[in-house]
Amino acid sequence: MSVTILPFLLALVLLLIGLYVIIAKKNIIKIILGVAIVEYAINLFLVLLGYRAGAAAPIRTPEQTDAAVFASGAVDPLPQALILTAIVIGLGCLALLVSLAVRLHERFGTFDMTRIRELKG
Amino acid sequence: MTAALPLFVAVPLAGAFVAPLLARRTAGNDAPAARTVALVIGTLLLLGSVLLLGRPAAAYWIGGWDGVTRPSIGLSLVSDGLSQMLLVTVNAVAFLALIYSWSYIARYSGQALYYCLFLTMLAGMNGVVLAGDLFNLFVFMEVAVIASYALVAFGVERQELEAAFKYVVLGSVSSSFVLLAIGLLYNLTGHLNMALVADRLAQLEPGPAVWLAAGLFIAGFGLKAAMVPFHAWLPDAHPSAPAPISAMLSGVLIKAVGVYAICRILFHVFAITTPAGGLYANVLLALGALSMLVGVLLAIGQWDFKRLLAYHSISQMGYVFVGLGVGAAVLAHGGSRAVAALAIFGGLFHLVNHAAFKSLLFLCSGSAEYATGTRDLHHLGGLKRSMPVTAGCCRIAALSIAGVPPFNGFWSKLLIVIATAQAGYWGLAGLAVFVSFMTLLSFVKVQRYALEGAGSPAAQAAREVPLTMRSAMVCLAVACAVLGVLTTWHKSRLITPAEQALTSAATYFEHFRPPGAPLPPERLAGHREAAP
Repeated sequence: MSVTILPFLLALVLLLIGLYVIIAKKNIIKIILGVAIVEYAINLFLVLLGYRAGAAAPIRTPEQTDAAVFASGAVDPLPQALILTAIVIGLGCLALLVSLAVRLHERFGTFDMTRIRELKG
Repeated sequence: MTAALPLFVAVPLAGAFVAPLLARRTAGNDAPAARTVALVIGTLLLLGSVLLLGRPAAAYWIGGWDGVTRPSIGLSLVSDGLSQMLLVTVNAVAFLALIYSWSYIARYSGQALYYCLFLTMLAGMNGVVLAGDLFNLFVFMEVAVIASYALVAFGVERQELEAAFKYVVLGSVSSSFVLLAIGLLYNLTGHLNMALVADRLAQLEPGPAVWLAAGLFIAGFGLKAAMVPFHAWLPDAHPSAPAPISAMLSGVLIKAVGVYAICRILFHVFAITTPAGGLYANVLLALGALSMLVGVLLAIGQWDFKRLLAYHSISQMGYVFVGLGVGAAVLAHGGSRAVAALAIFGGLFHLVNHAAFKSLLFLCSGSAEYATGTRDLHHLGGLKRSMPVTAGCCRIAALSIAGVPPFNGFWSKLLIVIATAQAGYWGLAGLAVFVSFMTLLSFVKVQRYALEGAGSPAAQAAREVPLTMRSAMVCLAVACAVLGVLTTWHKSRLITPAEQALTSAATYFEHFRPPGAPLPPERLAGHREAAP
């Protein structure tokens, strides 16, 4: 599996950017974007796991009788199946976050997390 | 019986789908049909989980893809002692929370949606404790926690929304960590089935990638279980939910998606009980001890009834982790099996007990709020006269959590302390006793300000809550007393099988690997050859 290290570094950088945004930013919308970036970073990482340079799509035709040969020449389809699920879950989370943000803005009149601070102790 | 396993997920999911549809047809806010459907499903699930108790370990292969008749690329649901114990705990608390909701939730609008979310959360939790592969565990965990996010925000007032927002952000980060760890393990082993992952991991040299995956699992699930460096969201989120949901979140959700998941992964995938796993056992012990102490210290100063209870949840989960951690550490260092078994038994017993008394405490605080409109301990008081049933149940639960004999909390804490001392962790045993004492102090305060005293006009004018709410509380109070008497039934049927599933972790592979021929290391080759 000759994948260069570079795309994995990109996933790592994305993950760190996302975590930084979640921790450092005060604006609710920016925090939501941070959550989305973290999810994308993980999805990118998962799809890279299944990637093989120069390999075919994992769809087997009747001519390809030798399964082992076929398998060695195709990318791994499992991570792709996993990400599809993860993307849907991420979408659900994101939609919930955005609707919470709308409601928070209705109640507090601001997106600033430092001014939404009734719970403490 | 294995064919019934998917029903634990499918039935509540179907109910979650049907409940809002039924409510459309009736006018107004009241949703008697949705309520009835939810309660019937809760009853069936509780009966099913009790019937499942004590049955031998078995796996259900979805679609029959078990490697015998068809290639093993399928998902499995597994039922062993640990799963069965959690299943009974989850469904019993859910059943009582549903009874309690019958009257309590009538004050909220959108009742049908409440039951829809409740059943979705229940389906997710049942799925988590039955999942036999890592990705399924992740998906069911997300089903449960996303429903719980929405339930925390169910009141849609300022505090609920703020708490829910924090909860969702931290929850999604922790889920991302778990998914990353699953990806790492898949890349290392080529499998997602937990038995096969464990088998391959045992053959690998432990290296940075394995440690990173384990660390991400502990951080991810630890955040869901609110272990101490990761606990900040829980005291906001749990009190903000409606009372029956607080009882579900503190009583079972943090156990199913937190404690159970950590246990399952560390004991059955990372082989914490082998010498190589000593590191993980020490991490578990350290986090458990920290949670135990910090949780109780933060609880002391609280005046919000539910917030105080939420901090105690962190502390009590610390006890469970200490019990499990001591057991794992003893096994990992080649110590006495009897001591390890006692520690793990104590930890699991405390988990079940905590489900009973903490849900009861949250239901009591909900009743107090229902009757008086406040949960500030300064403004309660004298409830023992105006609400005798609630006050009596609250007293039993407070005695249980504080570890006063003869109630259940005393016995499980005693077992944990004895096992910890026998294993040679004297300091930790002392800490456990100290934390228990602090818990008692904190609940003396609750008794003094909520139940005794003259109280505010609101508390004096309070009337006892409706029958359904009372009966749910009385059931849990009886459970606290009965679990305290260590009957042979619940010892031998409920907790000992779970303890054995953890102490003899190697049997997990024998029970739950795909029964067909073992897969060759090439990822696709084996699957495709056997395809018709």
